[in-house]
Amino acid sequence: MRRVTTLAALAATLPIAAIAAPTGSIPVEGMPQLAFGHPEQGPLLIGQIVWQLIIFGALVYIMAYVALPRVGAVIENRAARINADLEAAQAAKTEADAAMAAHRAATDQARATARAEVATAMQAAQAESDAKAAALNERLNAQIAEAEARIDASRTAAMGALRSVATDTTEALLTKLVGRVDRAAVDAAVTRELAARGRA
Amino acid sequence: MAVEGKTIDALSQFELTPILGAVGKAVSFSQSNLFMLVAVALSAGLMLASARRGALVPGRLQALGESAYEFIAGMVRDQVGDEGKKYFPFVFSVFMFVLFGNLLGMLPYAFTFTSHIAVTLALAVVVFITVTVVALMRHGMHFFSYFFPEGAPVWLAPIIIPVEVISYFSRVVSLSVRLFANMVAGHVMLKVFATFVVLLGGLGAVGPFVAAMPLAVNVALVGFEFLVAFLQAYVFAILTSIYLHDAVHLH
Repeated sequence: MRRVTTLAALAATLPIAAIAAPTGSIPVEGMPQLAFGHPEQGPLLIGQIVWQLIIFGALVYIMAYVALPRVGAVIENRAARINADLEAAQAAKTEADAAMAAHRAATDQARATARAEVATAMQAAQAESDAKAAALNERLNAQIAEAEARIDASRTAAMGALRSVATDTTEALLTKLVGRVDRAAVDAAVTRELAARGRA
Repeated sequence: MAVEGKTIDALSQFELTPILGAVGKAVSFSQSNLFMLVAVALSAGLMLASARRGALVPGRLQALGESAYEFIAGMVRDQVGDEGKKYFPFVFSVFMFVLFGNLLGMLPYAFTFTSHIAVTLALAVVVFITVTVVALMRHGMHFFSYFFPEGAPVWLAPIIIPVEVISYFSRVVSLSVRLFANMVAGHVMLKVFATFVVLLGGLGAVGPFVAAMPLAVNVALVGFEFLVAFLQAYVFAILTSIYLHDAVHLH
């Protein structure tokens, strides 16, 4: 509010100062800027320079020792603040990157572990099923062997029976035909015959 | 005042008048000096207000002051280098003095102190003396080698040295006349076309329509003058920086 009033007062004085100033009584020939010989303008021109040097000197003093250091401090403050913020952001980013990398490593490790576990489980299952299959096979083979042995035994038994059947039949036939039987000869003939047919 | 007996009086706007009554007259304090004070008050006030706010995120006023600061600081850094840091307040003051002098001249009833050759010449002389003193303090007698470039044939010295000396001193003239001529030309044009508006406006029924043309020209000129106000302040500041570069680095 105070500044506004000051500015308003300043703005009001400008035209007043310009208008209220009395116009010079002696007309100026040519350019007023060069009228150094004019009785009114001449001293004013010289005075203008002197005052200008004083005023400009004051401006340089104010700028150099009061105004510019303050503005510079504000600007430097801001630059420092921005730099600090940027550094903090950079640090946070580094931290986030590290966390991200750690997370990724953990994920990778977990995945590897899981894969290894799956592989071992599968291997175990495979081994177990292999063992079961082997045992089953063995049992089946044993049964097959046993069955074959039984078949062999039966066949041998059957073959043995064939011999006695053949002997009996021969004896009966001979008894009917001849009336007497030489048991040993019949046995020998059956044995020979069986050997000849490969059924001994 | 502009139209006296149907003649165009474009120059009386540059006349000095004492203010503050008898005191002002006694010490030759003219309205020109008053506007210098206003320019100083405004530029210093802008920077102080900008610094006093001091916010991390600047408002409009603070941003204005800081952009002015960084504009000239960057200019000095680019032109002079890091050694130029201590001359920054001087260049900044020159820039603000000229800029506010030019801009204040755009206000109605205001006086454009940069339209006075005495003022611009005095400022140019201040710059010239500062630059020369800086060069002498930094390089001592070696400074005079500036006027004779290394490696040039010695028999050319009678030609080169006077040329270099003249060009060195002509800095004052070129600095001061450029600003002075720009401001005078602009304000004379504004005044002339403004007078046309008044003269043509008085031509009866068609007057207002004819007067619209110089009025349109004046509107364009005002915009142009704002450009010139900034441009000339910039030119004055950057030439000061370049001269400082020469003073610090000797070519």
